[in-house]
Amino acid sequence: MASDPETPGENLDLAPGDERIGGSGVARGVRGYVIGLVLAAGLTAASFYLAGSRLVWGPGIPVALIVLAIAQMGVHLVFFLHLSTGPDSTNNVLALAFGVLIVALVFVGSVWIMAHLNANMTMTQVMRMQR
Amino acid sequence: MSASTSASAAPSARAAWDDPNRVGHHGHGHGGEATGHGQGGPASKRIITGYGFWIYLLSDIVMFSAFFAAYAVLADATAGGPGARDLFSLTNVAVETGCLLASSFACGMASIAASVRSQLWTQILLLVTGLLGFAFLVLEAREFAQLVVEGAGPTRSAFLTAFFSLVGLHGLHVSAGLLWLGTMMAQIWAKGFRPNMMRRLLCFTLFWHALDIIWVALFTIVYLMGAG
Repeated sequence: MASDPETPGENLDLAPGDERIGGSGVARGVRGYVIGLVLAAGLTAASFYLAGSRLVWGPGIPVALIVLAIAQMGVHLVFFLHLSTGPDSTNNVLALAFGVLIVALVFVGSVWIMAHLNANMTMTQVMRMQR
Repeated sequence: MSASTSASAAPSARAAWDDPNRVGHHGHGHGGEATGHGQGGPASKRIITGYGFWIYLLSDIVMFSAFFAAYAVLADATAGGPGARDLFSLTNVAVETGCLLASSFACGMASIAASVRSQLWTQILLLVTGLLGFAFLVLEAREFAQLVVEGAGPTRSAFLTAFFSLVGLHGLHVSAGLLWLGTMMAQIWAKGFRPNMMRRLLCFTLFWHALDIIWVALFTIVYLMGAG
């Protein structure tokens, strides 16, 4: 094991997506993916059920859907991409945090600004644009 | 002699006390492997490749965020045409989601099979991954074709332009992933589990799982919040 630097052993560092495969590691690796699959499928089913139901107060449905989606992304990151709090994935977590910041700035910033522009638009401006 | 023994024993005892999570434990006792923590030299090539590809994936997600922002802003700009509520079939989207999730799972199984060097299972599981991904693409192409036939093509309104760009961009990534997958199956078959092959497989699994994460955001924002 030690002679093959590309094989992720118990004590070596892990890149994201790597398995910790030892002698009995296959069962453990499969179990991790199965847990991830069950959680992700459950969250997906909950989203699809919630979207068409009256279970939640109407205006609250988008918020519930966003929460479920973020939870499912977390499940994917932990169980499929093997992101962890361990020292092996510190760099990856920091890069992810920066990525999330940029995504939030682009998405929330666009929605926020465009909503205000729409709200502040007068009727004559709208009509001039449609001409 | 006894003084030097106690002096060398003291730091390790103190280290275990100061460092209960063994954060500083790397670099000891596994044949001088590089850890990337400044102990034993630079990190292995596999770690560096994985990190570099992770950076690429994040930049790809940032690009997707711009398409998501455009869609969210233009979702109501239907120009008198059909809106999200009139167009989307949630059953179709649910099947697509199932295909992509199962494909992602099969891809993870393939990476386990490759880590124990099983050529047969790696090929089978990668084939399953590819077939499920292809089924997803077929469903998406059918949906697109049906929309165009109904007169709701990308030129109909700003909403539909944003929709086709966003979902089409994801579909384009899946198509590229399928090409990559086919090439890599042939390479693993011909060259075996060489270190560079294992690194390519690692990058592919990262790419495939990331596409599934983007799809989660996509079916939530586009389909569920649109049709709900």
